[in-house]
Amino acid sequence: MRWAKRLFTIALKGLVKNRMRSLLTTLGVIIGVASVIVMVGVGAGAQADVESQISSLGTNMIMVFPGASRHGGASGGAGSFNRLTLEDANAIAEEAELISGVSPAVRTSGQIVGGTGDWNTGVTGVSTEYLEIRAWGIESGEFFDERAVRSRAKVAVLGQTIVDELFPSEDPIGQKIRINKTPFTVIGVLTKKGASSFGRDEDDTILVPVTTGLYRLSGGQYINMMYLSARSLGESDAAIEEVTEILRRRHRLNPGEDDDFRIRSQAEFIEMATETQKVMTLLLGAVAAVSLIVGGIGIMNIMLVSVTERTREIGIRLAVGARSRDVLVQFLTESVVLSLLGGVIGVTLAYILAGVLNNVVGMTTIVNPGVVALAFGFAAAIGVFFGYYPARKAAMLNPIDALRYE
Amino acid sequence: MESTVQHVIETRRLVKNYEMGDFVVHALRGVDLTVDPGEFVAIMGASGSGKSTLLNVIGCLDEPTSGEYYIDGADASGLSRDEYARIRNERIGFVFQTFNLLPRTSALDNVELPLFYDHAARIENPRSAATEALETVGLGDRMHHEPSELSGGQRQRVAIARALVNRPAIILADEPTGNLDSRTSIDVISVFQKLNQQGITVLLVTHEHDIAQYTKRVVMMRDGIIVNDRRVENRADAAADLANMPAVDDIVTTGTAGEV
Repeated sequence: MRWAKRLFTIALKGLVKNRMRSLLTTLGVIIGVASVIVMVGVGAGAQADVESQISSLGTNMIMVFPGASRHGGASGGAGSFNRLTLEDANAIAEEAELISGVSPAVRTSGQIVGGTGDWNTGVTGVSTEYLEIRAWGIESGEFFDERAVRSRAKVAVLGQTIVDELFPSEDPIGQKIRINKTPFTVIGVLTKKGASSFGRDEDDTILVPVTTGLYRLSGGQYINMMYLSARSLGESDAAIEEVTEILRRRHRLNPGEDDDFRIRSQAEFIEMATETQKVMTLLLGAVAAVSLIVGGIGIMNIMLVSVTERTREIGIRLAVGARSRDVLVQFLTESVVLSLLGGVIGVTLAYILAGVLNNVVGMTTIVNPGVVALAFGFAAAIGVFFGYYPARKAAMLNPIDALRYE
Repeated sequence: MESTVQHVIETRRLVKNYEMGDFVVHALRGVDLTVDPGEFVAIMGASGSGKSTLLNVIGCLDEPTSGEYYIDGADASGLSRDEYARIRNERIGFVFQTFNLLPRTSALDNVELPLFYDHAARIENPRSAATEALETVGLGDRMHHEPSELSGGQRQRVAIARALVNRPAIILADEPTGNLDSRTSIDVISVFQKLNQQGITVLLVTHEHDIAQYTKRVVMMRDGIIVNDRRVENRADAAADLANMPAVDDIVTTGTAGEV
């Protein structure tokens, strides 16, 4: 104990006597540690951003589109032959166990007249479950219910952009609007959703009951697509299989025939984006790790120079009775203290930088305590690893040779 | 075979060869030397006579090629690095020609250095032991000065205090006055004389006859063997000589002027 305390004192004195050199040496580790933590933090932040963006699309959402039909080998392109019906949607709602929500969607575009003027926008007919599937909400008023769907009620729920355009100064609830000359009553306003990840203004929309959209506005028999909600994100793939099976059966497709519909899921997007982000985080981390190693080599370099420069000192210490391990421990302690100091300053710097990035630059940076521990541990390990060789070199010197060194 | 206890140093047929490329330098060719407690011995000889090599071997800084040697009664032949380190720490005080003090380190810290490695904790209170040693060599008022703030003579006094601090069986000094002017040399020698009077055994290497005249016994070496070993007649008294020196030297060596 006394021994350890003394050697620690010697090492500390050595460092304090060479303040400038100590500081410059630690700089490599400081930058290394800080950059590892911040880089990985920036990567993790970007990943979290993308994930939250994707989850704002909906709740475990699965989208079903009509597929290209084939006639005599010629592909007609996506949606060229619309084969999705309301009955398909109902069948999925009834039969698919892994699906918790189903909303068919019927899109028409229409000229809207009402309030202060007119506006051209898309009108989508959806079911009552649509809002939950899309993770959307009602700002004021209410959404239509099952009864409205059954009765093909002429009620509309407006997006924020429509409200801004048609009712800038009055409450739209209860107002009459005309969609392609058909009168509708406004019963609700949607919350603001902003731009979609594809840049489209999500708030520039009007929602009506699916039956109203299908029979009163588009006048067709096919729906444009379906929004489904899987019970959980993890069950997405199984749910897709289930839906595929139901649709193939209903469309009487023989085994070996291509699907006449396409299915895309949110899980796919997340997986894709996460994969990309992981690669980026890894890349950033790798670059930073290299800088940490370079910092370690800096420590070794300085320790080597320091051993050469202090050969006489080592000789003096050996001459008055220092054992090899005393000298070894002294130099090891010096390099470990240096790298730990670098680690502490590096971690502090990383937290400051992350704070600046988060609050001033507005870049999401998530400091991961695991990464902090790892970087710190790595710094200490670098100290031992890169300090050992020069320390051993110093400790093994012959006292008389060390003393004669000029 | 265990040596008789009364010898501080005893060497038998001590041989040291250095290999320099193709040829071998025979630095020691069989040295038999005994030093008893309380002696003050000067080893003399031309450069290359092997006197420094002998001192380094006795001081456990270097290992002999063959032969036996005993330090303070203990066999020192063929020990491990750590065992030699322990002997250096506990039984030997070494004073060098070039002082070999740690730079940017106070006199007190320099003197305390050997006690950092006193693993057996022989000395109870390192700080007060270091203070005491510095007071013994007359530097009680310079304890917190760094080597760069001290004159040559004062630096060598710090080195002597460092050699003293672990209460060694013997102090070995390799040309301790080699880097000093004549007045300062006598000044430093007076410290050794004073210590010897207090019963401390001193073995020093010098090539100056004037310096050897202050010791009690002179051992002459040539080509790696002892050629003469005699008692000093008409021994000089360094303190008295200093007092008789012309005052002009006080101006030349301002750093050491007025302190004995």
